[in-house]
This record gives sequence, structure tokens and C-alpha cells, in this order.
Amino acid sequence: MTTQAREPRMELEQHLHMYRQMAKIRAFEEQVNELYKSAKMPGLAHLYVGEEAVAVGVCEALHRDDFITSTHRGHGHCLAKGASVNRMFAELLGKEPGYCRGKGGSMHIADPETGNLGANAIVGGSAGIATGAALSAKMRGSGQVAVCFFGDGALGQGLLYEVMNMAALWTLPVIYVCENNLYGEYTPCGDTVAGEIPARARAFGIHAESVDGQDVQLVNATMRRLVERARRGEGPAFLECKTYRYYGHHVGDVNREYRTREEEREWMTGRDPLQTLASRLTGQGLADASVFERIQTDVKTEIDSGVQYALAAPYPDPSEVDEDVYA
Amino acid sequence: MPDAAVRELTYGEAVKEAIAEEMRRDPRVFLIGEDVAEAGHPFKTLVGLVQEFGTDRIIDTPISEPGYAGIGVGAAMTGMRPIVDVMFGDFITLTMDQMVNQAAKVHYMSGGKIKVPIVFRTTLGATRRSAAQHSQSLHAWVSHVPGLKVALPSGPYEAKGLMKTAIRDDSPVVIFEDKMMYRVKGPVPAEDYTIPFGVAKVTRAGRDITIVATSSMVPVALGAATLLEAIGISAEVIDPRTTWPLDKQALIDSAKKTSRAIVVDEGYERYGVTAEIASVIAEGAFYHLDAPVKRIGAMDVPVPFSPVLEDLTVPSSSVVFEAAKALCGKA
Ligand SMILES: Cc1ncc(C[n+]2csc(CCOP(=O)(O)OP(=O)(O)O)c2C)c(N)n1
Ligand SMILES: [Mg+2]
Repeated sequence: MTTQAREPRMELEQHLHMYRQMAKIRAFEEQVNELYKSAKMPGLAHLYVGEEAVAVGVCEALHRDDFITSTHRGHGHCLAKGASVNRMFAELLGKEPGYCRGKGGSMHIADPETGNLGANAIVGGSAGIATGAALSAKMRGSGQVAVCFFGDGALGQGLLYEVMNMAALWTLPVIYVCENNLYGEYTPCGDTVAGEIPARARAFGIHAESVDGQDVQLVNATMRRLVERARRGEGPAFLECKTYRYYGHHVGDVNREYRTREEEREWMTGRDPLQTLASRLTGQGLADASVFERIQTDVKTEIDSGVQYALAAPYPDPSEVDEDVYA
Repeated sequence: MPDAAVRELTYGEAVKEAIAEEMRRDPRVFLIGEDVAEAGHPFKTLVGLVQEFGTDRIIDTPISEPGYAGIGVGAAMTGMRPIVDVMFGDFITLTMDQMVNQAAKVHYMSGGKIKVPIVFRTTLGATRRSAAQHSQSLHAWVSHVPGLKVALPSGPYEAKGLMKTAIRDDSPVVIFEDKMMYRVKGPVPAEDYTIPFGVAKVTRAGRDITIVATSSMVPVALGAATLLEAIGISAEVIDPRTTWPLDKQALIDSAKKTSRAIVVDEGYERYGVTAEIASVIAEGAFYHLDAPVKRIGAMDVPVPFSPVLEDLTVPSSSVVFEAAKALCGKA
């Protein structure tokens, strides 16, 4: 990628596209919650509502063949990287046309066609995979970069520090994106993280920044710089995105006793990523309310038809249970 | 018998009561893990403990399993008696070095000078629709390691009694709770009791076939026994309760009596607990057996998410029933 200034028109289109992607993720997750509440989805899911600007800002700075690794809260990452709503819903319902033929479910969606090496239910479990993908890209001279998404909770995992050290030593094209949503499960991250978060990466000589993760334009612009650095061979980077999940840790966590309703309201009203972008573009006279309404309507149609598709889809054949154990 | 003796608790409440009683009687006992304090554990099994014992003894950690497991080992070596909480059994892969190379070795390597009275508390069991990284039953892994004891409570009564024994043991114990059983109720004495390790329990007496079942598979075996009774086969169900120490004699004696045996366990079938127990029975009861010992474990696949697939991977009462019928020549 080059750094030449893009046309304002293209830029607006890009921003509206980011709005659309965020709206799609939000509508998808609201629908997942409905599926849970109506007992149509097996198991649980960790919703990404509130954090959309991180996945979208980051993934819109990537090429289709760049890699990501995702987390237990991964639906947003997968969609932002280009996954189809239909096949996502199908996977969540354990259906045959799902991304993993029903074998993975909510926490394990993988889609190599869009560079998604998989969501991961082991906290921090993908740090090695992302770093290995970056090593592979470097060895193959492919010019790809790898992004490792993880939560503040994953900062507790030693693996992260082992691989950051190697990424720095070997100048690997990997960007560690820490989604700091203030909680790991039911514990505030202030109780589990000592010191400054970006300082942990800086200790390895890794370029590290912290941004407002609710501002998709800022996340995207920052990420573009970090991706360019990595592609130029200047090595890994670390990006802390300050964000917030609107729902509980998972769909069953409805009481949220570990945080206050005021705190939730502050984030939801003052700093909502969709509202922030919409009001900024409106304020700049670049778009009006009807533009965003149209996007919302389109997205709703896509989500409605996606969920219908998945509900109607067949379950895998029982004979598939022992397929795919080995390659 | 006093009324208190027939009081019912859930499996989860029984675990908590055991921990609370031991923490009251021994100030050296503490519990450390993720979301164990204010949150009372993601499975809600520890609710209320932090209110009684405070955050000095019910300690929330970062998501750092190897780190706090190691801290547990060090504390155990120096006069404390920690319970290290590993939320899902799948995560023992992260704590493995601390369990296997550290905790299990210290007493032996120090020539018996240093004790490691530590309990690793974790879970097993599938069918919660949690997919391959949250559904495994990995108790065979640690049962393999000299220096570790392994307990598998199969109901509320065992959950309390085995936990108390584990906490009082001077060696490292790994205790696997069946996460699907937390809400199951059963009689649990209110008074202090322990269940000795290495003593199997005959859960149901029978004459024609022995079904050895562990943990989550005990109810499955009892279900099969009921089906068998209807066709005139009397099944004995026996629960070893600990895979190490293993009550070999009780298993052998039961197989000698019935002359047929099936072993059922929720771990992967291959190289699993069923293999060990089947070989114990085959060696010890060989001349009394009318059929080869049959093993039934979880299917040898990563646990799939889709319910239509996941349910196929775990032994069911009907699968055990069919196998028993075949073994008794009634197929
Ligand atoms: C190694 C490991 N330990 C514990 C868990 C249980 N667990 C699942 S999500 C979670 C909290 C993760 O917090 P964070 O990384 O901040 O992500 P968030 O849920 O906030 O997006 C925990 C402890 C796990 N899945 N993996
Ligand atoms: Mg978090």
C-alpha cells in the first residue's frame, strides 16, 4: 500500500463502508442474542456489540489475504474480515453449511479464504498462531501481515510475551491488537493488569500505541500506519484499543453485577462507535441521516435472510463425526 | 439416623461445603484461581466463600494458569495448603508443567523431605455445546503420572467427601468435577466425613456383569443397569472414585464374581482410563472371565460443537446396555 492521499469521495465511501460493516456486526450480534433467548442456538456466545470499531477499523486496513486470529468474542472479527452472514449463522446453529460444518460453533469460526485462521476459545491461545503466520509470510516473501486480536484478559498469558519477544527479535510482520474492554469475564482489568499496557510491548522494543477503540476512523488510520510499517519490514507493533462490551461476558450473563449501569450508559450513549461516526460525517456535511437509515435497512435485510437461511439449513450427517480428525 | 444425614445438596453445593469446612478447620487452606472471589466462579460453585474468608484466602488471579499453579506449588512447599482452581479441564494443558514436572516430582526428588499438599480442582464432561476446547475429559493425562493422585466424584456425596480428603492429603491431588452434574442433587451428610482414596464403591450390586464406571459415567451405567434388569440381566455398577490410587482388588473381585466386565469412562477411549482398568481386570480375573473385557470411552475425536455430532461422542446408557447384552450372549 502507498501513503498517497486518497480522493475525498473515495474516503467518504470508505467511511460509509466502515459504518455498514459495524452496523452489520451489531445487527448480527443482536440476532445471536435473540437466537439464544429463544433457545434456537446451542450453547453460549460472547457478543461483540460495542466493540465494532475495533474489528472494522483494523480489518479495513488489511488486504483480503492478510491473516487474522480471533478470540472467543470473535464474530465481529470474522465478519469484518469478510465472512458471510449466512455461513456464520449456520455455524452458530451447528449446521452443515456453517464455516466449520458445525464442528466449531461460535468460538471457532475459521475462514482461510478471508485470511481468518480461526477464533480461539483458549484465552491468548492464538498469539503463537498469529506470530507463526507472520514468520511464514516473511519466509515465503508474500508481503502478508498477521493481526492477533486478543482481550485485556489475555495479557495474563505468558505465551504472549514469549512470542512478542521472538517477533521483535526476528522483525516479524505481526500486529498485536489488544481489545481492552475493561473486564475479563467478571473481573475488572485493573485487578489483573499491573503497570501500563503498551509498556509491556515496548519492553521488547515493539512499537506500541493506545487509541480510542470507539473511533473507527482513528483505529483505521492508526492501523494503516502500523500495517505499512510491518509490510516495509519494520517489524511488529502493538495497538491497545480502549473499548467496551455492551452485553455481559456471554449471552447468559444478564445481571452484570461487577459493573455499574452508569458506566454502561456512559459508554453506550457518549461513545457509541456507530453514532460517533454517523454524527461526525453528518456534522461535516458529508452525509445525512437518510444515508445511515438506508444502510441500517440493507443490513437488517441481510441479517434476516441470513438467519432464515441458517434455520432452514440441514444438520451435518452423523457420519461426519469422525471425519477431519486427520488431514 | 438424624435428619441432617439425609439432607440433600447439589453437587456444586457439596463441593463448596467441603471447601468451606476445610478452610474453617485449617487456616493454611486457601483457594486461588480466575473469577473465584466476587464472581463465585463462572459455574457459581464458590458463591459466598469470599464473604466468609475474604480476598486473602479466596484469591482472584489474572488469566495466568501456569503462573498461579506454580505459585500454588511454591506455597504448598512452604507450609500452606492451596486449592488451585482450573476453570475447565481443558486448561490443565496450560498448568501441566507445574503439575507434572514440579508438584508431582518434588517429594520424591527431595528424598521425601519436601511435601506438596496441593489440590488442583478442575472439570470434565462434554455435551454442554462448548466445542473442542471446553469439553474434554483429560483425567487420564494426570492419572499417568507417578506423584499425582486423581479423584473423580460421581455425585454430591462423593463431591464433598473426596474434596475433603484431597485437601487433607499431603500429596498433590487433581480432582475433576463433572461440570454437567453441578445441579444434580443427592444426600450429603452435614457432618464432617471423608472418603478414603483408593476405595471403590459398589453403587449397585449385581450378579451377571460388572460395569466399572467413573464420574459422569456412573449415572450412565446405572441407566444401563436398569435397562438390563428389564431383560433379566443383573448388572453390578462399581465406581473406583479415584483413578490413582486405584482399588484394583475391588474391581477384580467384582469381575470374578460376575465373570464379565465393561469399563466406561468419558475420557478419550484410546490409551485411556478404560484401557488401564480393563487390563487390571484382565490380569487379575483372567481365569474367571467368560468374555473379553469391553471398553467404552468417548469417541476418539475432538469434541464437535453441533449437538447432532456431540451427542454421538459420549457413551450413553443405550450404548452400554447394548454392549452388556452382547457380552452376556443376548445380542
Ligand atoms: C486459558 C483460558 N483461561 C480461562 C478461560 C475462560 N475465559 C474465557 S473468556 C475469559 C475472559 C477473557 O477476557 P478478555 O481476554 O479480556 O476478553 P473479553 O471477554 O473481555 O473480550 C476467560 C477467563 C479460557 N477460555 N482460556
Ligand atoms: Mg476484556
